[in-house]
Amino acid sequence: MGGSPNQPSPTPSAANVSIKPDTLFSGFSLKNLKLKTKQQELLIRVSILCLVYVLAFITRLFSVLRYESMIHEFDPYFNYRTTLFLTEKGFYEFWNWFDSESWYPLGRIIGGTLYPGLMVTASLIYWTLRFLRFAVHIREVCVLTAPFFASNTTIVAYFFGKEIWDSGAGLVAAALIAICPGYISRSVAGSYDNEGVAIFALLLTFYLFVKAVKTGSLSWGLASALGYFYMVSAWGGYVFIINLIPLYVLVLLITGRYSMRLYVAYNSMYVLGSLLAMQIQFVGFQHVQSGEHMAAMGVFFLMQVFYFLGWVKHLLSDSKLFQVFLRFTVTCSIGLGALALVGGMASGYISPWTGRFYSLLDPTYAKDFIPIIASVSEHQPTAWSSFMFDFHILLILFPAGLYFCFKKLSDTTIFIVMYGLTSMYFASVMVRLILVATPAVCLISAVAVSATIKNLTLLIRTKSKTQQTGSSKATGSTKASSKTSLDQSPPFGRNVAAALLLGAFYLLSKYVTHCTWVTSEAYSSPSIVLAARGAHGGRVIFDDYREAYFWLRQNTPPDAKVMSWWDYGYQITAMGNRTVIVDNNTWNNTHIATVGRAMSSYEDEAYEIMRSLDVDYVLVVFGGVTGYSSDDINKFLWMVRIGGGVFPVIKEPDYLVNGEYRVDKGAAPKMLNCLMYKLSYYRFGELTTEYGKPPGYDRARGVEIGNKDVKLEHLEEAFTTSNWIVRIYKVKPPSNRL
Amino acid sequence: MEGLLTVRLALVFSILQVLIFLSTPTSASPLQDIRIVNAERRIDLSSHIVRVYLTLKVENTGASPASEIFLAFPPTQVEQLAEVKAAATAGKRKKKTYVPLTVSSTELPDAPNGTKFFSISLLNPLNSGETVTVEVLLVLTHSLEPFPVEISQSESQFVYYRDSAIILSPYHIKEQTTFIKTPSTKVESYTRVEPTNHVGTELKYGQYDDRPPYSYSPMMVHFENNHPFAVVEELVREVEISHWGSLQITEHYTLVHAGARHKGVFSRVEYQSRPSFSGVSSFKQLVARLPPRVHSVYYRDGIGNISSSHLRTNTQKSELEIEPRYPLFGGWKATFIIGYGLPLQDFLFESSDGKRYLNFTFGCPLVDTVVDKFTMKVVLPEGSKDPSAEVPFQVEQHLETSYSYLDVVGRTVVVLEKQNVVPEHGIPFQVYYKFNPIFMLAEPFMLVSVFFLFFVACVAYLHIDLSIRKS
Repeated sequence: MGGSPNQPSPTPSAANVSIKPDTLFSGFSLKNLKLKTKQQELLIRVSILCLVYVLAFITRLFSVLRYESMIHEFDPYFNYRTTLFLTEKGFYEFWNWFDSESWYPLGRIIGGTLYPGLMVTASLIYWTLRFLRFAVHIREVCVLTAPFFASNTTIVAYFFGKEIWDSGAGLVAAALIAICPGYISRSVAGSYDNEGVAIFALLLTFYLFVKAVKTGSLSWGLASALGYFYMVSAWGGYVFIINLIPLYVLVLLITGRYSMRLYVAYNSMYVLGSLLAMQIQFVGFQHVQSGEHMAAMGVFFLMQVFYFLGWVKHLLSDSKLFQVFLRFTVTCSIGLGALALVGGMASGYISPWTGRFYSLLDPTYAKDFIPIIASVSEHQPTAWSSFMFDFHILLILFPAGLYFCFKKLSDTTIFIVMYGLTSMYFASVMVRLILVATPAVCLISAVAVSATIKNLTLLIRTKSKTQQTGSSKATGSTKASSKTSLDQSPPFGRNVAAALLLGAFYLLSKYVTHCTWVTSEAYSSPSIVLAARGAHGGRVIFDDYREAYFWLRQNTPPDAKVMSWWDYGYQITAMGNRTVIVDNNTWNNTHIATVGRAMSSYEDEAYEIMRSLDVDYVLVVFGGVTGYSSDDINKFLWMVRIGGGVFPVIKEPDYLVNGEYRVDKGAAPKMLNCLMYKLSYYRFGELTTEYGKPPGYDRARGVEIGNKDVKLEHLEEAFTTSNWIVRIYKVKPPSNRL
Repeated sequence: MEGLLTVRLALVFSILQVLIFLSTPTSASPLQDIRIVNAERRIDLSSHIVRVYLTLKVENTGASPASEIFLAFPPTQVEQLAEVKAAATAGKRKKKTYVPLTVSSTELPDAPNGTKFFSISLLNPLNSGETVTVEVLLVLTHSLEPFPVEISQSESQFVYYRDSAIILSPYHIKEQTTFIKTPSTKVESYTRVEPTNHVGTELKYGQYDDRPPYSYSPMMVHFENNHPFAVVEELVREVEISHWGSLQITEHYTLVHAGARHKGVFSRVEYQSRPSFSGVSSFKQLVARLPPRVHSVYYRDGIGNISSSHLRTNTQKSELEIEPRYPLFGGWKATFIIGYGLPLQDFLFESSDGKRYLNFTFGCPLVDTVVDKFTMKVVLPEGSKDPSAEVPFQVEQHLETSYSYLDVVGRTVVVLEKQNVVPEHGIPFQVYYKFNPIFMLAEPFMLVSVFFLFFVACVAYLHIDLSIRKS
């Protein structure tokens, strides 16, 4: 039924409305009524969109209601700190910012090593609001940036859906993406990260490009280049765009869908987009120098060859001559291209692919070669359960949507199919890339939902129309009329259609409840503040992180250097306002490995390393008292691995017993005496954590610790938070030589 | 009020002139006309704010009536002096009534060693041969000096208090006694100026008879004081008046433990398991007394909400119990913000001349704290005119402009600043201003017009065809 373009296609929402005017039929002329319906349809569409817009925003506010208006997790703290800097010091200071508070003693050129899109966006919103005399704090703006952009994404999704299918599919897509957990996980209020803005930019760029291909208009191409520029400024995931679009163009070329529209769209987008992207310091000349961007350039030249061939073909009337010319040109261009690529690679002009890119193509790559990428939990391959968790019924609707798309192939549906398939692949390689797949999955599922529901309602409506015409003669005997209509209908009749419709609504409502539940339970925790249920059912809050960071901020010298595992670097600089050795911007593997080495050495060896790094305080996270499992002892093996990757002195087997990682009496001697163990368990042996257990019982690992008599020689306890989650030690100055 | 002040000033000056005139030729000070028959001094050292209660029985032995009495202080003590209050007593024993007297800082010409003076103006001039009893309250801050300067977690805090065993006075004192109350019986050492007596928590100096003017005998007490030395280095209280019915108060604190500095390790095990021994001089809790009917209270700092606080309210007062993020040991700091709303009708009144005035409490709501630098900001509603503040003691005043939601011209802010504020300063003050209620409608009107224009624009857009070419 999907392939009947001549039929006027009322949306499902319009279907409901259009029954009403029937009663008013007698009062108005036909022309008048038509306008009325259209206006009503528009009104309903706009109000649904508005509701979806508001819904997308408020469903992300669980975290603010449960906790408070605060920045979440790790990276957002860096973004918040830089945004604060930008609003206080202005754009030029920000662009030239050399940050000496991180990566001591190396420092970090912030302006040149970050994607400024998010910070600039938040600052612009902030300045606009200030200009309009809304006395908001920059923190509030940062907290609400992600929900705001999620709302904007729903609008883009609507237009995209409208482009690939119809406005009904657009509405469904907007509604689906508004509450899809895969997207909510990165865009709840407080999750002030690049992705929050970037998904909007990604979808916008794709939409504008598809629009440009469809119309062949230069202005749409320009718009998509601008969208691409925004995406480049916001997130490193722009590489996906710059590879997907050439791939799409290539597929169109291969399937013989080359057209002038495509030529205009791609060339304008690629050339302008690349030029604009070079304005971002962090990206620089990568568009012409990095292996990851070469596909786009290759396709660009291929387009020129195609155009050239078309022109020659137009000039040459002889097809035989053209065949010869074609063969010649193709071999020449391929040869030239390959030569240029090899030459560029060999001379080092074109940089090879980065490790992150490799690990996307080969999921086992990072595990073997780059432990620092493998150590991050969001870089792990995706489990089936998290697909189900994040997509729910969309996982089933996705193939159905693909079917509909294939049935009605066009330039746009080819694009969405390719986007869906490639992003699904990436999503299964890395957990965090589920985010990229979410818009595609929502759009394709929306096609499935919309097409199915439309078919079913059409079926019901045609029946009801025939019924109406029938019932005008014989009102009252509904049973008989339905029977007659059933007789005329195809095998599955009206009742089946109604049942299917009900089923679809049931599934969709299940989706809504699932999404709400996931959002409120799983994705709305700030992870800075931990909440647990107390013995009496009340909520207990562990605010230890902020306790420790605020202590650092208030009671240590302003130039103190803090050593901790890199996870906490951004938080220490943002909340503690102190210099750190390593942080979450893992740009220098050796530096991180040095810290890993210090943590896994004996105290006196570690002391030498810490002296050489000018460390004043050491911060460790310890969950033994509260049973908080993502603490440093559980991350310790990664420190050993990363440290051992650079310094072969550190060997992983030294810390294991028969390949088993343990902290109790049976632990390896090196484990029991390394710095991390000592700092975590210092004086823990005196503490009774749980009734009926011996003192020194570690609740996070459920064992009694092996070394209860920890003595520290070069460090002293400076502060421990009330639930022992963060422990800070002061490095003593060297004792005087006699 | 101002008129009264000038009259008083004129009076003071004229008296001073008379004094100078009298003193120069005879070289005999008129101060000698006045004698203190009996002086009793009680120094309360139990908290970190030192309170001295002075009872003086003054007699005029001269011929001319005296209208003021002078109090003398060493220059170091004047800097620590936060408040001097005086009252004349009338009646005996249980029927005693107190009449407050005005106290002002003055200079005397022949003061030895830079002695500073305060003068107490008597209600009725003291005639020859008459006696009057005056009660004086002195509040001293930062006058307890920790020694040892640094202590570890398990140690108790010891402090020095320095003063004179004999009351410094420009007058001849016939009989005098000084009682010093220490917080515990642990007194390490004290200067003996016979007769000196130490019983329990009380140290008695005197009685000393017939001491000439400006007698001074330095003494020092070294004793244990584990009272929380909570000092607010800087406090900014902002009161924002909204004529829509609420008063919004925001208080920015910089709190510090001003006692002996913490040295070495902080051990959580010891702090948790032996609370009576470990960290006795530290504190982890403070109480703020807020007005009754307080609502929407919050307690946060630069990095977010602090979840450890309790609010207890009743019809008389509200008590907010706050815990900083970590216990405060000597030298540790904490900054935080407390904010709350109050019903407007409890604090805003209309005076007889049509002006409105805010009647609010000065000082710091935290119990038993000293504020080194106190700033009170009263943000008047947009469009108010002629602001003036009336504070019962000396403060620095100036005006500022601030902008809040949808402000166009900005709000006038009356800023009152004072150093060294103690709980005794927690008394009402008034800010008068003129306000036309029509300004209340400005902001709603702006909002309404913006929405109206937006809808008009929408309607216009839907009816305009902007395409150049008809398709």
